[in-house]
Amino acid sequence: MIDVAVVAFAQTPMLRRAGQLNEVELVMPVVSQALSRAGLTIADIGFTCSGSSDYLAGVPFSFVGALDAVGAWPPIEESHVETDGAFALFEAWVRLQEGDIDTALVYAFGKSSSGPLRELLSLQLDPYVLGPLWPDSVSLAALQARSALDAGRFTEADMARVAARSRRDALGNPFAQIKRDDDPGVLLDEPYLVAPLRRHDCPPITDGAVAIVLASGAAASSASARPAFIRGIDHRIEPHELGARDLTVSVSTAEAARHAGVADGPVDVAELHAPFSHQELILRAALGLGADVVVNPSGGALAANPMMAAGLVRIGEAASRIWSGAASRVVAHATSGPCLQQNLVCVLEAGW
Amino acid sequence: MSNSTAVIGVGQTHHVAKREDVSIAGLVREAAERALADAALDWPDIDAVVLGKAPDMFEGVMMPELYLASALGAVGKPMLRVHTAGSVGGSTALVAANLIRSGVHDRVLAVAFEKQSESDAMWALSSPQPFSPPLLAGAGGYFAPLIRAYMRRANAPDHIGILVAVKDREHALRNPYAHLQIPDISYEMVERSVMLWDPIRYLETCPSSDGACAIVLSERDTALSAGRKPAWILGASMRSEPTMFSGRDQVDPKAGHDCAAVVYGQAGITDPLAQIDVAEVYVPFSWFEPMWLENLGFAAPGDGWRMTEAGATRLDGEIPWNCSGGVLSSNPIGASGMLRFAEAALQVRGLAGEHQVDGVRTALGHAYGGGSQFFAMWVLGDSEP
Repeated sequence: MIDVAVVAFAQTPMLRRAGQLNEVELVMPVVSQALSRAGLTIADIGFTCSGSSDYLAGVPFSFVGALDAVGAWPPIEESHVETDGAFALFEAWVRLQEGDIDTALVYAFGKSSSGPLRELLSLQLDPYVLGPLWPDSVSLAALQARSALDAGRFTEADMARVAARSRRDALGNPFAQIKRDDDPGVLLDEPYLVAPLRRHDCPPITDGAVAIVLASGAAASSASARPAFIRGIDHRIEPHELGARDLTVSVSTAEAARHAGVADGPVDVAELHAPFSHQELILRAALGLGADVVVNPSGGALAANPMMAAGLVRIGEAASRIWSGAASRVVAHATSGPCLQQNLVCVLEAGW
Repeated sequence: MSNSTAVIGVGQTHHVAKREDVSIAGLVREAAERALADAALDWPDIDAVVLGKAPDMFEGVMMPELYLASALGAVGKPMLRVHTAGSVGGSTALVAANLIRSGVHDRVLAVAFEKQSESDAMWALSSPQPFSPPLLAGAGGYFAPLIRAYMRRANAPDHIGILVAVKDREHALRNPYAHLQIPDISYEMVERSVMLWDPIRYLETCPSSDGACAIVLSERDTALSAGRKPAWILGASMRSEPTMFSGRDQVDPKAGHDCAAVVYGQAGITDPLAQIDVAEVYVPFSWFEPMWLENLGFAAPGDGWRMTEAGATRLDGEIPWNCSGGVLSSNPIGASGMLRFAEAALQVRGLAGEHQVDGVRTALGHAYGGGSQFFAMWVLGDSEP
């Protein structure tokens, strides 16, 4: 395998509503910042890949317009995934393994505020059997939380502690949307939103965009003083039918972690794409992370959850810990689909 | 640097206006099972699955790869979803090929589909956009002015589009999978058909189809093992250019030129007309044949229509184009690009049946999308590069 590193990362301030900003206006600043931080222009980039969903924008081909933010002239080698940008990063990492190019630009955007998000995500469901019942995304997550609570995997107090820690850590993240310092005990006094989930167990609705630059070989060392090398990356999918899965665990995360080599060394920091508090607890167990691992120092998806971008943000945040010297081996995770159906795991390390 | 990669299996559905007998999962499963059978592989042999389709709104299912994971045998495996507009079927094959060329996987299943009967594609493509005048009515409304511009630029006579339509519809009669089967197709029938978007007549237009296509790709050891007929990837790439850019030539896009140049370069092709034996090229409206003949370097600028008029692109011509009947005869949009890539493989493998061209050693598969700003191509050959 060719060593590929995350060398630059930029994100928008994460907002409840980005107002009249369109896709190009969301994406252009982060693409410019990420390229500039890597000391590159679009002309230097060997491959570009993005992640987004037409259903968020409510128009077909919303990524087509967003490409105008990149300045694809002369024409570029470019592709797009209709899912979280973390999977676009995987596609770019694969492309870099062919060795004929040494840089890639990855970006993702989600204007989650444009429609009724909870109901919209019901359209991800099997259109014949489950979809017509219109279970919304929060209700499905509540079913998962209930299963795990009933199985004794954790308690509502554990969930409240995850939520309180995430929003408190977000106080140190200038891009985060929800920043609060709450007592987990007090949070448990709040009413249920969809039992057993309280409002603090659920992610905010977030508009935002993210861009990352990947580089290999000499391009990595010239773009970053301390590149965050991708030591392993893998993703796995589970059945869509909720009744065919054990919702209290994440077998696809565990399998991806095995292939990505999470257990091959100590983990300093993990950035987990857990939109709901209980999902962080399920993911920690699946990844085999000990109590000493710092989880989601950015605040995670509970502090800002731009759809189709939040997973790629996790990779950028994890890499940032390596660049700053705060960590030397980190894990980033992204998810797609209801109740953690599909999961990607990426191990990043400092040094050559 | 990149590993030898080959197409070892191809499957497709019989493309029709409405497949009311199958679900979306049933449709893609049908194509995938045929591709696996052709490759002499079973579901456990596949390392990863790549799914492509055009806008999710065509079926009303957001990110259908999630729902289709079980039907496509992807559970427990990596599954990727690609969406690059009309070129997506081609891009999906290329993403799958890259998984092997890079050495990440050994055997990959690529699937693309559209079940257009679930919606009205023309109006799904014409949703109102902020700050844009609502002037479009489907893809034909977008492309008709570009065709007019080509006709004026190349000084092309009015009847060339009719010739393409007749030729591709005659080819479709040799392809049992093709959607439109018009046994009494004739010049007069196309000429008399209603004008939809001047100069595009009804019979010069692609249909709306339900259909799926699947390709199995592998590394060399599997491809060379007994019982398989590989079509080797000699060159493959994609190119995109901006939508809103005054410097674009939408009639003869630079992204198409550049994509062809890099793919030909990889494949060692300097004269496509002489070195390519057959081509499956994305021609959703008849006039795009002469336009792409020029864009892809088969004809000098302004001469594409002369090649069409001379019959060079007929099945028995100098450079047969779209012997399967092409997009003009079957258009499950998300799969249309992959069908071009798959038909190129069938020709190289000698498995194209009644529309097989004799002695094919090198074939081009091509797809484009959006407003002619997304391109995906590959060149396949009968021997390992």
